[in-house]
Amino acid sequence: MDIELIGRVWIYFAEAALVTVQISVLAILLGLCLGFVAALGSLSVNAALRWPSRAYVSVFRGTPALIQLFLLYFGGPQVGIHLDPMEAGIIGLGINIGAYMCESIRGAIISVDKGQTEAGRCMGLGHFQVMNKIILPQAARMMVRPLGVNSIALIKGSAIVSTISVLELSYTAHRYISSTYKPFEMFFLASIFYIVIVTIFSYGVGKIDRRVSLEN
Amino acid sequence: MGLDFTIIPSYLDILITGTYWTVALSTLSIFFSLVGGVFFAVVQLNRHAIVRWPFSGIAWLFMGTPLLLQLFLIYFGLVQIGIDLNAFTAGVIALSLHFAVYNADIIKSAIVAVDKGQYEASRSVGLSQLQAMRKVIVPQAIANVTPALGNMMIALLKESSLVSVIGVMELTLSSQRAISDSFRPFEFYIAAAAIYYILNLGLEYGVRNAERRSARYR
Repeated sequence: MDIELIGRVWIYFAEAALVTVQISVLAILLGLCLGFVAALGSLSVNAALRWPSRAYVSVFRGTPALIQLFLLYFGGPQVGIHLDPMEAGIIGLGINIGAYMCESIRGAIISVDKGQTEAGRCMGLGHFQVMNKIILPQAARMMVRPLGVNSIALIKGSAIVSTISVLELSYTAHRYISSTYKPFEMFFLASIFYIVIVTIFSYGVGKIDRRVSLEN
Repeated sequence: MGLDFTIIPSYLDILITGTYWTVALSTLSIFFSLVGGVFFAVVQLNRHAIVRWPFSGIAWLFMGTPLLLQLFLIYFGLVQIGIDLNAFTAGVIALSLHFAVYNADIIKSAIVAVDKGQYEASRSVGLSQLQAMRKVIVPQAIANVTPALGNMMIALLKESSLVSVIGVMELTLSSQRAISDSFRPFEFYIAAAAIYYILNLGLEYGVRNAERRSARYR
């Protein structure tokens, strides 16, 4: 283990880790929005809303994220979508994780007892009001953990944006592996940053989960 | 530049070769990730902390880092210590190890979830420790793990696309070859996505079938 080398390059890894965090956070936010809309759509009684949502989930969960990213970044210009690597990375990852988040959100919503909806309707609330005032507040506490799992998968999955040359943690690791021929040291260094990011994030998710869960 | 999907048939052979390698890569990795998963699960249930400890370290490292980095580590790292692997073997090793760690977690909790009374009952009717494991505990555990392991297999098939970065000519890299020849990224990535989607549907069908069959042990 070349400690001296690690001491020299760790600062570049730290900078790259910030890029990873930035991409991940933005992609998670985009994924949450898309997932939420798609989840409501897939539970709609209106087939014109239900089918596009189901197709979105099926297609984006059924194909590799890497292909989706390449399609957006390299294929996009052919259909008039010009994005720089960072934008393509965030949008590509966000759309991908949105499909997984949709399933988490949908699962939480349908796990709320059907009697709640019926009771709400009996009280004279409309569909929208029942969803907004009765179902979603109860579903929210159940979606924290699965959405946290999705988000952590995304943080690790964000490594794939290195293939479209976004200067994040994996790209930096790859570059230093090629220039120093020290794969173990570089892997070790990048791993530490990934594990720190993931640990902090899961700590945060755990905190939110404890706060909203019914056991307290 | 407009879209022209009619170009795809003229590159069909390269896509078929890529699909073949993706299937080979995924099948081998699924097999080894299951074997490795069982092995790691058994190790993790060992009574002695000294046996468990090294695995916990590996599991912690492999669950906390991206597969892409692990690929780099295995492909470039093993060369550093003098083991020269071809890209395909490195890809199989990385995918198998990565998913074995996740499978081990699933298998371990399934074995633990089988009621202790089952084990005690089988021992008291005269089965040996190994027989109890093989005839009573594992069949019940299998029924519990099939859906979760199935999801891991489906994930593995998709993640196998990452192996293209170390130069394995699987579906992703083959479509890139077709693209560098035809300059039509959109068409070929759509084609690759469609092939992955079909492979996925096939695998999912197989997994659901296996689920139904294993459910009778419940």
